[in-house]
Amino acid sequence: MNTVFSLWSSQKGRNLIVQLLMVAGFLGLVWWLVDNTVANLARQNVATGFGFLENNTGFDINQKLIAYDESSSYQRLLLVGLLNTAIVSVLGIFFATLIGFMVGLARLSDNWLVSKLAFLYVEIFRNLPLLIQILFWYVLLIEILPHPRNSFALGDMFFLNNRGLYLPWFTSLSGGNIVLWAIALFGVGWFFVSRQAQKRRELTGQKSSYTRHYFILGVIALAGYLSLWGVPFEPNLPALKGFNFRGGLSFTPEFVALLVALSLYTASFIAEIVRAGVLCVAKGQFEAAKALGLPTNVAMNKVIIPQAMRVIIPPLTSQYLNLTKNSSLAAAIAYPELVSVFAGTALNQTGQAVEIIFITMSIYLFLSLLTSFLMNIYNARVALVEK
Amino acid sequence: MSEKHIIEITHLDKYFGDFHVLKNINLSVAAGERIVICGPSGSGKSTLIRCINHLEQHDGGEIIVEGIPLNDSVKNIDFIRSEVGMVFQQFNLFPHMTVLENCILAPVWVKGVPRAEAEMLALQYLERVRIPDQADKYPGQLSGGQQQRVAIARSLCMQPRIMLFDEPTSALDPEMIKEVLEVMVDLAEQGMTMLCVTHEMGFARRVADRVIFMDEGEIIEENTPAAFFDNPQNDRTKLFLSQIIGD
Repeated sequence: MNTVFSLWSSQKGRNLIVQLLMVAGFLGLVWWLVDNTVANLARQNVATGFGFLENNTGFDINQKLIAYDESSSYQRLLLVGLLNTAIVSVLGIFFATLIGFMVGLARLSDNWLVSKLAFLYVEIFRNLPLLIQILFWYVLLIEILPHPRNSFALGDMFFLNNRGLYLPWFTSLSGGNIVLWAIALFGVGWFFVSRQAQKRRELTGQKSSYTRHYFILGVIALAGYLSLWGVPFEPNLPALKGFNFRGGLSFTPEFVALLVALSLYTASFIAEIVRAGVLCVAKGQFEAAKALGLPTNVAMNKVIIPQAMRVIIPPLTSQYLNLTKNSSLAAAIAYPELVSVFAGTALNQTGQAVEIIFITMSIYLFLSLLTSFLMNIYNARVALVEK
Repeated sequence: MSEKHIIEITHLDKYFGDFHVLKNINLSVAAGERIVICGPSGSGKSTLIRCINHLEQHDGGEIIVEGIPLNDSVKNIDFIRSEVGMVFQQFNLFPHMTVLENCILAPVWVKGVPRAEAEMLALQYLERVRIPDQADKYPGQLSGGQQQRVAIARSLCMQPRIMLFDEPTSALDPEMIKEVLEVMVDLAEQGMTMLCVTHEMGFARRVADRVIFMDEGEIIEENTPAAFFDNPQNDRTKLFLSQIIGD
């Protein structure tokens, strides 16, 4: 008893006791929730556990990046949904960033018309609910675009109709996948080689030829492979077969509508973040750049934007996270992403609500933490060096 | 308009809204001339030199630099800016770039100097401002005096014929003022045309060919340093000098 009192009288000891009590309370709460849930499920004769992931789903999906059909398992379905969420999020982040930066800078333009148009863009797209915007683009694609027979076509290769967007693509023959993996690996290697080259340059002050040699090496290897074993790809062009197009790379109207809506909506927020970031850069930096005679675009790219990035990145990360999570609204137009196929259809079929919601939440948490992690690395790289 | 005048300012007027900040300024600067501009705060002295490289746009009158009139023409503005260097009170170094990158940015992107060559030139100028071995540091790692000297070197890397100084020592701790002034004296002795807005009267006496006193947007008095300090003519000049030099 005495020791507890002496612990309580010291600041450190008091902190320790309070923290221990908090942890104990939290664990108790979690245990109570889990225990209650298990007991309730058992009373209703609901099977618990993750065994259902092995079962067949019995339904097909209209957009899948990996092989999937009626006989695939829920595990496979989860992966299909996750990849559909990932592809629309990654592309959405790319386009939202691109459009957001352009609009944000346009709002700062001296040109009256350009800046007012950018202002209009921001006020329209950030003030309408995202769900409405998704539905708007979807209805627009479904209602306004022609039937497959009357598709908008570009040189018998690109087709646009109310069933989707069709682009020319390729099919891998034997060995094709190996070549694709090799190219991907080459890209990763490029990152390390160019870093090494930069290090060397900082050390010696001389431009290193590492990247050039690496590139030449890659081209020789590819040319060598192709000349020995031939091109392991063949073109795969979309063509009208029956009522619809087959072949090529196709995007469903759901995907296009969702991508457009997410990109335009998030871009309006990013535009404001970019504008705030640029306005945060001290006026003296613009003046110094001008006094040195730097043209406006160079001053922007080399002086202003890099400094604005320090202010831009944290809220930009939030927008990336929002975009990823907002992609779940696609359930409204039946785009087969994670929430729609897994937390929707799969949940209804299996009734494993607790497990499925738990998995879905964990995946979003993981995606968000991964995004934050990558952005934090970038943030640390653009931080200023101080004394 | 004689050839020897590198800057020719006639009937210059400038307003900030309704405020008449520069009133009918006439000033000719000969090549190689060193001019110190002083005056109370708000007298328009900074605005005057900022008009010369078009950081401020003048509303009336003419500014001609090396025979090129400063007007709407982007080409003229670009030319004049590449001939005129400027040093600011707050240094305005680019904090995300190393000292060397600060120095080579403009030569590479404005003049198209090859990088290696620009780096050699930058190192030369850094040596001249006595910071030879800080080239790879970031501005935030340097003292105020060092930063200002880098700012001078950065301007010199464009090899300007004219240098403008806008209160270059006002933001510095007293012990760092001297090192910056020494660099400016060096520059003056090598024949650079200089216009300095400063209250460093020792510097004015030592290097200036002419001291100009401004008040309320007008040039009140101009004279050689000796005459200006020892025998000011105008009452406002006398008052100003008594205030900055003390009793």
